[in-house]
Amino acid sequence: MISEKINEILVDEFEVDVDLIQPNLNLKDTLNLDSLDYVDLVVIIESNFGVKLVEADFTNIQTFQDFYDLIKRKTSEN
Amino acid sequence: MEEFIRKSMEQRVVITGMGIYSCLGTSLDEVKDSLQQGKSGIIFDNERKLFGFRSALTGAVPHPNLKNELNRRQRMSIGEETEYAYLATMEALKNAAIDDTYLDTHEIGILYGNDSVSKAIIDAVDIVREKKDTSLIGSGAIFKSMNSTVTMNLSTIFRLKGINMTISAACASGSHSLGLGFNLIKSGMQDMIICGGAQEINKYAMASFDGLGVFGNDALPATEVSRPFDKDRSGLVPSGGAATLIIESYESALRRGAPILAEILGYGFSSNGGHISTPNVEGPALAMERAIKQAGIKPSDIAYINAHATSTPVGDANEAQAILQVFGETQPFVSSTKSMTGHECWMAGASEIIYSNLMMLHGFIAPNINFENPDEHSAKLNIVKQTVFKEFDLYLSNSFGFGGTNSALVIKKIND
Repeated sequence: MISEKINEILVDEFEVDVDLIQPNLNLKDTLNLDSLDYVDLVVIIESNFGVKLVEADFTNIQTFQDFYDLIKRKTSEN
Repeated sequence: MEEFIRKSMEQRVVITGMGIYSCLGTSLDEVKDSLQQGKSGIIFDNERKLFGFRSALTGAVPHPNLKNELNRRQRMSIGEETEYAYLATMEALKNAAIDDTYLDTHEIGILYGNDSVSKAIIDAVDIVREKKDTSLIGSGAIFKSMNSTVTMNLSTIFRLKGINMTISAACASGSHSLGLGFNLIKSGMQDMIICGGAQEINKYAMASFDGLGVFGNDALPATEVSRPFDKDRSGLVPSGGAATLIIESYESALRRGAPILAEILGYGFSSNGGHISTPNVEGPALAMERAIKQAGIKPSDIAYINAHATSTPVGDANEAQAILQVFGETQPFVSSTKSMTGHECWMAGASEIIYSNLMMLHGFIAPNINFENPDEHSAKLNIVKQTVFKEFDLYLSNSFGFGGTNSALVIKKIND
């Protein structure tokens, strides 16, 4: 499951409890992301999935589910 | 009258905290024991040999694990030199009896010596070379890749609100940080400043220095190569870590009942205005004379000189001549603790104040280990071969750097 893999790397990178991550929760608020953290999010997604996110990709991302869908779409396009 | 008013308004400047992370130990107690025993912190690093170093000798310190001490963002923004500086500063703050509440309710500055961030820059550029995309470098790299990395990070971590800048003055950086901090407090502009010096220890940081052929012969036993003032010296040994000193006005120290370790009496600086790497005699002599003059003492009052001497042929000989010129017939005890530590470069001017303070506080003078046979100039100095157990209350510390930057500090034990 891609969502499990994503959760795993988010927990590892942002040092949060895995139980905090739920598909319907807000990604930014749950992980307490600031502008610098988005830079690191791009790096870990590229190194784990080989896809490059750009600023525009985040425009419509609210929940973790939105984020999983984004990565699925990007990896299938690749 | 004007001079009298100005003088009467000047603050006395004291040292109230020290913290050290060096190849002689990672606490004041460990370092004091190493100094007293004349123990070397130098090793042979085979990785440097394989990398292409002419001399693979270096000082070595343990790699810190700060996962439980700093949060993710803080850890991501700091490189090796700042990790050392953080640990040294934690020890210094504790030593000075400064807690979180004090940090949050007082204006404290930071002036710290640092003059390279080689590894952080190379690591970041390597990513771009491979990925062809700067957006994949990550967010922490820029904060590790600037010369001011130590002060930008420590000021954030410790929530400092006073003067905030890095002093880059080659191998005199740490000493100038103290001298400049001394002047800011003396003039009443700051009450307390965190001073010090940090030095990365990795093969990237020292490769170009090694390329000059000025490092010691690594075919000899590692602990015997750094031999300042000895006639058979073959070159310096690089080293590093970090050293932090808390300096503050005497009034501030008294007000908060702080432990007063020593007083800074004089800071002398000069620039040789000559060769980029070869030092002269006049510049260092002038720095020493100015420090002594500002301290209001005579050269013969100085009991000990912690020499800059790095174990290079020309540098040591010229410093010996400068000391002879300034101190004449009454030669104080002299040792270069670089015989044990190697050359701690950007950190050295601060760490050597800590080493000398430890000696002054514990009544001994650390040896200039490996000093067996003098040369023409060092034969006239009073170089300490074995630890001398002796109470003393006044010393001078020299630091010189590339570009001919010189700094000398005169420090006194507090007896009142």
